[in-house]
Amino acid sequence: MAHFTKATSIKDWLNQRLAIEKVEKVLASEYWIPKNINFLWAMGMILVVTFALLLVSGIFLLMYYQPNVDLAFDSVNYTIMREVGYGWLWRHVHGVAASVVFLIIYIHMFTGIYYGSYKKGREMIWISGMLLFIAFSAEAFSGYMLPWGQMSYWAGMVITNLFAGGSLHADGLVEWIRGDYVPAQAFLSRFFMLHVLLIPLAIIGLIGLHFGALRIPHVNNQDGEEIDFDEESKKYLAGDKAGSKVIRFANDFMAKDMMVVGFYLVFFFYLVFYHYGFAMDPVNFDPADGLKTPAHIYPEWYFLWSYEILRPFSTDIGLMAFAFAQVIFMLLPFLDRSPNAVPASRRGLFKYWFWAMLVDMIALTAMGKLPPEGAFSTIGLVAALVFIGLWIALPVITYFEKKA
Amino acid sequence: MKELLILVVVTVFTLVTYYLVEPFAHATLHKHVESEAFAYADLPAITKLGDATRGKELVLGAGACTGCHSINVADISAPMDAVGAAGAYGVNPPDLSNAGVVYDEKFLNALIKNPAHTLMVEHKFDESKGEMHPMIPFYGAGGDIEQETADMIAYLQSIAVSSEKLTPAMAFENACGRCHGVKYEKWTQVGTKSSFKHKKDELAFDIKVLDYQDSLKAYMGKLPPDLSMYIRSRGEHYISTFMENPQNYLEGTSMPRVGVSADTAEKVIEYLEDAGDTKRHEREETGKYVMIYIIIFAIFGVLWKRQVWRDLH
Repeated sequence: MAHFTKATSIKDWLNQRLAIEKVEKVLASEYWIPKNINFLWAMGMILVVTFALLLVSGIFLLMYYQPNVDLAFDSVNYTIMREVGYGWLWRHVHGVAASVVFLIIYIHMFTGIYYGSYKKGREMIWISGMLLFIAFSAEAFSGYMLPWGQMSYWAGMVITNLFAGGSLHADGLVEWIRGDYVPAQAFLSRFFMLHVLLIPLAIIGLIGLHFGALRIPHVNNQDGEEIDFDEESKKYLAGDKAGSKVIRFANDFMAKDMMVVGFYLVFFFYLVFYHYGFAMDPVNFDPADGLKTPAHIYPEWYFLWSYEILRPFSTDIGLMAFAFAQVIFMLLPFLDRSPNAVPASRRGLFKYWFWAMLVDMIALTAMGKLPPEGAFSTIGLVAALVFIGLWIALPVITYFEKKA
Repeated sequence: MKELLILVVVTVFTLVTYYLVEPFAHATLHKHVESEAFAYADLPAITKLGDATRGKELVLGAGACTGCHSINVADISAPMDAVGAAGAYGVNPPDLSNAGVVYDEKFLNALIKNPAHTLMVEHKFDESKGEMHPMIPFYGAGGDIEQETADMIAYLQSIAVSSEKLTPAMAFENACGRCHGVKYEKWTQVGTKSSFKHKKDELAFDIKVLDYQDSLKAYMGKLPPDLSMYIRSRGEHYISTFMENPQNYLEGTSMPRVGVSADTAEKVIEYLEDAGDTKRHEREETGKYVMIYIIIFAIFGVLWKRQVWRDLH
């Protein structure tokens, strides 16, 4: 057993038992971050804050939500929206945060792609990030089932149907997932469990992995410069704060993060109070009705690009293209053959690849919501083919990329 | 400067995406119907000046209105209760106490003479095929029919409450509430469901509602939807223009044109807001304080960053 002495203060008492000073150094004051960064580096903190908002609002909603097909719709729209004090606020915070979190995730992802932050030892950061993306997608989808409105029901129907695998006709699998022939009580109960327990646990675990993955390769910087963190931190601790290329996580990096978080929260709460409609589809304010298919069924905006990769093709090819879209981002560190970990603007053809991918995904997103008719259909098909083509081209163009 | 450029790029791509998936997509997905300002331009104007005293004689006498309609303010009750009337006509004929303020006068004038045409349900009630609208047209009481209908409307207007006293609930119950329930306001097609002391009484009430709904279903083809959340699922513009002319959105629907005045329509919307967007005032009020708080938070964020980074540059 370790030797304990009579504590001189509460801090000392805790220090002997939990090494809080050391923990504080490792996690905050001597966790070194490059200084050469811009506000895009604050997206991680924004995601943490948004996740906290989702968690807290979710806990309050959970106190009144009823996971029962006969009660779910009214427990949300009547009990929470009318009866519970500030229930409407928690619901709007939850709904808007669920949508905005994906905007920030996409900005975070494209920041990583632009600055090459998935290379040279940072592969696990990227992979754990993409696992988080999948977990957040599952969380968003399962949460969307819970109000048991028309879109909940029909999106649940459409997405679970995908598991039939087209010509494979794995209808048994679909029934197994639903626990019924159609989305019904068993379906709602299990998606409720997934939404409030299993997936949040997975997300919290993956966030730990994502943070852990950062420690050895360290955070990237605006110029992809390789920094000697030991050398630079010594310089900082010796008092040359201005000359050092690194800063403390807290309070240096944190102060900038919180400034960006402040601006973000102004934007976020503006949406919550004055512009929440985009995050709460009107169709989902009609109670679920298995005998009344809505005229247009579309997912929330953040799933539209992958939905549109599925849609323009025949069933089997569409499903393959869809599966491709789901996994391909995960493989980015290995498909990018260039060793250059610098911003896309200094990387030859990759520069064009980056902007083409961004514009193509926005085109897919827009077409995914519009009815698949006429020009929209054609644009959707072209955009889906461009998406696949860009990924096939990536290893080639990066292989021939000159060393920067 | 570079950060500002990055911010512009991020904002532009975000706004373009937003525009495409929200305003643009919704404008493409949903038909847009302009409001006709409740003018009922297709209906003829009232040409005669009505006289309420003569109107009263017509409404209670030769017009035969009270053969089906009650006029509670004049102590005239309906010959049948709501359930019985729905069984006979498909839907309970409205009480006429406030018809003069709820409905547009041009609309009433045309309705009395030709209900199926005025309600825009001729596709359902074709006289030539013997399909008569349950409301029998008024063919005149021997005099000038234009004068007679003007008199009847003058009477209905004289007994109605003033438009200031017409509450949102009265407007809704008169114009929509005999076909549509609003569960969240405890409204059923036969009236407000109160809390009952005895389960037996509650069940008796529920049975009345179910019986009424059965007749209504047979009459309309399906049970008209509960409107509790319509303000969120359809929105103000849709509901308002739908009331004006349901055929614009759903050609062939059995829902009649409602014929309300612009003022009544606003009150119906207010009623639906109270049902489905109950906390809108609280939302706006709370929103102000939260915005002030969060802006102060952001200012402190900037100040803290400046203080910490002073030594780092």
